[in-house]
Amino acid sequence: MSMMSKILGATAAFALSAGAALAEPALIFDLGGKFDKSFNEAAFNGATRWAEETGGSFREIELQSEAQREQALRRFAEAGANPIVMAGFAFATALDSVAADYPDTKFAIIDMVVDKPNVRSVVFNEHEGSYLVGMMAAQATKSGTVGFIGGMDIPLIRKFACGYVQGVKAVNPSATVIQNMTGTTPAAWNDPLKGSELTKAQIAQGADVVYAAAGGTGVGVLQTAADEGILSIGVDSNQNYMHPGKVLTSMLKRVDNAVYDAFTQGANLETGFNVMGLANGGVGYALDEHNASLVSADMQASVDAAAGQIASGALSVHDYMSDNACPVE
Amino acid sequence: MFDVLTDLLTVLDSTMRLSTPLLLACLAGLFSERAGIFDIGLEGKMLAAAFFSAALAYVTENVWLGLAAGIGASMLLSLLHGVASITFRGNQLISGVAINFLAAGMTVLIAQSWFKQGGRTPALLSGGRFENITLPFADALSVIPIIGPFYKEVVSGHTILVYVALLMVPLTWWVLFRTRFGLRLRAVGEAPEAVDTAGVSVIGMRYSAVIICGVLCGIAGAYMATGLQAGFVKDMTAGRGYIALAALIFAKWRPWYALSSCLLFGFLQAVALRPDLIKGYLGFEVQVQLLDALPYILTVIILAGFVGKAIPPRAGGEPYVKER
Repeated sequence: MSMMSKILGATAAFALSAGAALAEPALIFDLGGKFDKSFNEAAFNGATRWAEETGGSFREIELQSEAQREQALRRFAEAGANPIVMAGFAFATALDSVAADYPDTKFAIIDMVVDKPNVRSVVFNEHEGSYLVGMMAAQATKSGTVGFIGGMDIPLIRKFACGYVQGVKAVNPSATVIQNMTGTTPAAWNDPLKGSELTKAQIAQGADVVYAAAGGTGVGVLQTAADEGILSIGVDSNQNYMHPGKVLTSMLKRVDNAVYDAFTQGANLETGFNVMGLANGGVGYALDEHNASLVSADMQASVDAAAGQIASGALSVHDYMSDNACPVE
Repeated sequence: MFDVLTDLLTVLDSTMRLSTPLLLACLAGLFSERAGIFDIGLEGKMLAAAFFSAALAYVTENVWLGLAAGIGASMLLSLLHGVASITFRGNQLISGVAINFLAAGMTVLIAQSWFKQGGRTPALLSGGRFENITLPFADALSVIPIIGPFYKEVVSGHTILVYVALLMVPLTWWVLFRTRFGLRLRAVGEAPEAVDTAGVSVIGMRYSAVIICGVLCGIAGAYMATGLQAGFVKDMTAGRGYIALAALIFAKWRPWYALSSCLLFGFLQAVALRPDLIKGYLGFEVQVQLLDALPYILTVIILAGFVGKAIPPRAGGEPYVKER
């Protein structure tokens, strides 16, 4: 009997899901969870904005384990969701195998490149945003020395560092940039203690603005900078609120725009390589009530001017990942 | 260009902060392992303590309640380890690993459900943190060359838990080597059957050892979350429990050696933060990765018997069975 009811239930569920094939978009969050105050939450905000503006609805799932990646992708694809957006590079392997099985479904992966005809690979020009906050750091510093603290030593983080240094040097060619990486293992993303000590070490070397591109380690960097009375720069999402008046700005990675964009295009999602830079609102710097007193009108004007030049192509910022080298130290 | 004294003092100051969690965890492991209970769950206990101390300190705005909560959480995990490995005679390594996983998952889960900040606690305000204290005469003595600045910059100006950790070293030595309790505790780790014959409860001794271990790990975790930091971040212990285990082997399970090995490991970490100084003084660059790996390399050298011999407690890792 119970076997029978299970089969019936499964059939009913299948019928339901088939009936719901109205090409709703779907969003899959990574393990960090929907409300992680960072990457996933930004994705969620983008989807919510789309839903509010269009009155549409979307499907979503928060992954609970690594094994669910492919399962979640397939379930949404079977249910007819289109496009399916996933937040995070970790989906690459699962998507690589799933995409081919559902040629009529469009997928979008953020922060990673998956080369399939029905996949949009969204990547961000973090070096452009870092360039802007570097310019701000160079204008805010009084000592002429600024710092950079990266998380794990990988090319992506060097890309942040390289853009930052270029921005600093553009304003003040004689400025010194102290660069430290927290470590070489994933533990480097969540070591606020070491972030704190690195900040103190950079302060001892004269730094008075520190840019943290280091995940959870950055929490320690921002905290110590606030405690020691110097300025810090947040990353990815707007972290200005964490220490009002002590965080100069935050380098924004507009994951929300990427999701919003994909949802807006719907089933006709343009696939291929999608670069989110300054030109299309993919990166930027944060300005709100928490840092308004720190950002002078001159500073804002010069940064906005540079942003305009980068967007129009008049000014090009070197991308570390293009040749694994940085022209300035 | 380089001011030797200032540079040395900043590095040593950093050493003090980085060594303290290692030292507390190392002494915690020392009590447990001297009583014959291997404990690779130091990491998990510190992590749980870090979370609960930060959570309570945030909610109550009282750092002492936070400390108590941290110690409590760590003791509960210790007792769990005790129940699994002493009462039910399970494998101590497996139980330790389980505790590490449990703590890593549980802290983030509870943090997310309580605070909704992505597995973090909100930043603690001033009442929820241990403040740095200036020791008496720090300014008056600073005129004395070398000793004065050393006292002011390195010894003074830390949170109270740093001094608690330092005081734990002589205390541990005294308890283990000068009291009846300590003699029995060490005997339980070497020859439990002898202790049993003398009419002392092996189970009781081992439970007290793991509880002491829990208290010390609790202080270590609370120091990280409420002393050094202003809140909890997921996995914030970042492997310090394992470095503490390495330090314990390096110290050959002795309290004073534990102090020096933890200070050495902390010093290596502090030096790794300043590649500019290494280059300035040595004239060549040393890979930061090498400095990070040195504690483990040194431990392997010690274990291989090149420098003295590290002999663990004889009954370590084995559950005690009264009659076979």
